[in-house]
Amino acid sequence: MSSPAGGAHVPGRPGGHPAAGATPPGPGMPSPEPTASGEFDLEEAIHQVEAEEHEGRPPAAGLLGNLVVAAAVVVLGVAAVVGSLAFDAGSARSPEAGTWPLVVSVVIVVLGLGLVATARRTTDAERFGRTSWLVLAGLATMVVFVVLIPVIGFEIPAALLAFVWLRFLGSEGWRTSIVTSAALVVAFYLIFVGALSVPIPHLF
Amino acid sequence: VDLAPVLDGFGVVLQPTNLLYCLIGVVVGMLVGVLPGLGPAATIAILLPITIGIEPVTAVIMLAGIFYGAQYGGTITSVLLRLPGEASSVVTVFDGFALARQGRAGTALGIAAVGSFLGGTVSIVALSFVAPLVAGFALDFGPPEYTALALLGILLVATVSSGDRLKAVIAACLGLLLATVGRDGFTGAERFTFDNLSLADGLDFVPIAMGLFGLGEILYNLEERHRAVHAPATVANVWPSRKDLRQSSGAIGRGSVLGFFLGILPGGGATLASLAAYAMEKRRSKTPERFGRGAVEGVAAPESANNAAATSSFIPLLTLGIPANATMAVIYGALLIQGVSPGPQLVDQEPELFWGVVNSMYIGNILLLIMSIPLVGLFVKILRVRATILAPITVLITLIGVYTVNYDVFDIGLVVVFGALGYLMKKLGFDPGPLVLAFVLGSLLEDSLRRSLLLFDGDPTGFLTRPISGTLLVLFLVVVLLPVIRAALARRRSTDRRNTKEFV
Repeated sequence: MSSPAGGAHVPGRPGGHPAAGATPPGPGMPSPEPTASGEFDLEEAIHQVEAEEHEGRPPAAGLLGNLVVAAAVVVLGVAAVVGSLAFDAGSARSPEAGTWPLVVSVVIVVLGLGLVATARRTTDAERFGRTSWLVLAGLATMVVFVVLIPVIGFEIPAALLAFVWLRFLGSEGWRTSIVTSAALVVAFYLIFVGALSVPIPHLF
Repeated sequence: VDLAPVLDGFGVVLQPTNLLYCLIGVVVGMLVGVLPGLGPAATIAILLPITIGIEPVTAVIMLAGIFYGAQYGGTITSVLLRLPGEASSVVTVFDGFALARQGRAGTALGIAAVGSFLGGTVSIVALSFVAPLVAGFALDFGPPEYTALALLGILLVATVSSGDRLKAVIAACLGLLLATVGRDGFTGAERFTFDNLSLADGLDFVPIAMGLFGLGEILYNLEERHRAVHAPATVANVWPSRKDLRQSSGAIGRGSVLGFFLGILPGGGATLASLAAYAMEKRRSKTPERFGRGAVEGVAAPESANNAAATSSFIPLLTLGIPANATMAVIYGALLIQGVSPGPQLVDQEPELFWGVVNSMYIGNILLLIMSIPLVGLFVKILRVRATILAPITVLITLIGVYTVNYDVFDIGLVVVFGALGYLMKKLGFDPGPLVLAFVLGSLLEDSLRRSLLLFDGDPTGFLTRPISGTLLVLFLVVVLLPVIRAALARRRSTDRRNTKEFV
């Protein structure tokens, strides 16, 4: 599903977060049935809906994974501190180009250390698994697109991208994939090159 | 209140082009709310390139339409499929789906549409009165006030955001850091450009928003096993009956007012509002046991509240120049690209833009009400469109769309990089919303901080000597410290309990 007002994901924990109290019901099937006592617990019901939203997601990452994430944040912060020190750090009285980046970088380091400290309690990171290869493949098609576009124009890379996404990432049939990707390229050509005359590199 | 600019605003809205873009906006918004895959922030980000060639008013009218239109659309999936399209529709699921199972899906959708319309309209009227007042109040804000306001705004959005608060604040800091890339406005020194000419002018907002929200979300969805969707074939009796309307009129009224006030707050206004409205109706009800089992008020209250909140969340953006959520941050970015900087001077200096956008919401809400009641059947059919076919279309629109902004292949590379980052962030529990928000506010925050420090001669306590910046900073500290204190108290309580047990 799409995400909430403002692009944040539906509040909740991805992966393996058990529905509070109850076993999550099957996809599409109900229900927030009031408990035996007849009392409808709002908080519990919200948890349940959120858990269902995450049902198709990979499981949560372990302690090691969380520590790696936290360490990555710290490393990023340290790198930014080093980078900011290359500029004039200035002082509170006369802030220079490096002052603000330095402040922000130090905050990132501190917060990263906070993540290290709370790594044991973190449950909202997902594990990388077999499905992550799909994402890598998807990214690869985009990289190929960027690299090829100045050389051979957008038509072939676009058709290739659409075909890979449809056939291999989306498991559509061969015929649907071929027809849809060809139709897409024609449509994009007509809109961007024909109607809008965008100077995007193209073959024809 | 001077009425002339307000009426001129209607003149702006009624121009055929603007009406057309308003219609496009609300239809797209409604589709986005219904279709799987993308949220309003992502959609607005992806459509940024097409706003560049058109008038600022027209552009924002369309983008705003997408935003509140999505609130209508999200209801449909909540009621019919028990899948909240938006976080702000989560509570609608309980009674909405219960009604649907009793064969009253039409009633739920009809009441939601009427509630949304009334909530939105009440909120626009209130906005028309409140916004100029807030803007007038903020007119003499100086750099210290803006520093405090931007800090508090970013922190609140990060705090209310989903998931881990610490991670959200880290994401915001990353956004602030990214905003420093390029030439420093004060000294001309190049920062984090790695001698790359394309980075010298700083990172563009468009590829960042399109990558983090658009591509990031599509890549993230690739890892999801697709659930079978069982939409009912038809939905009958969408017109709510007189009895349903009477039953829910109080809920709609209270929800609208509550939504308006909560929406002004930075953070998850619409989400918070729908939750609070639902809880309030349940508490007030003489028959609370009906809630969760198909109470019409349980649909009416949150839907009125989230629409009212979506509308009033424009107030901080249009009057203070501080976006209240990630979608508003994207609209802020769109305005900046157009050369309009939102702030307290907007009402006076660009009355046509201000009142044009505000008044377009009346039209948009009417269009949505007209569309959503008779066209529910059509939207139910759209639910069957497969995400696997939409995904490559969206990816290509993004990659080619970002090129059309500067005709630069570098931007396509940038959007892919930020797409990868957006995926990683979502995957690892970092909400990209605060990053984008902090990025758009980054240069404003740095500028005002540096100006304030010069003003105070390097003494940070100077912020506390001015009433408004002082109050805002105290609030900032409260928001920072409150969760820490609460966590510490909770831990102490649990150890206390353990100790007592040992004694016994």
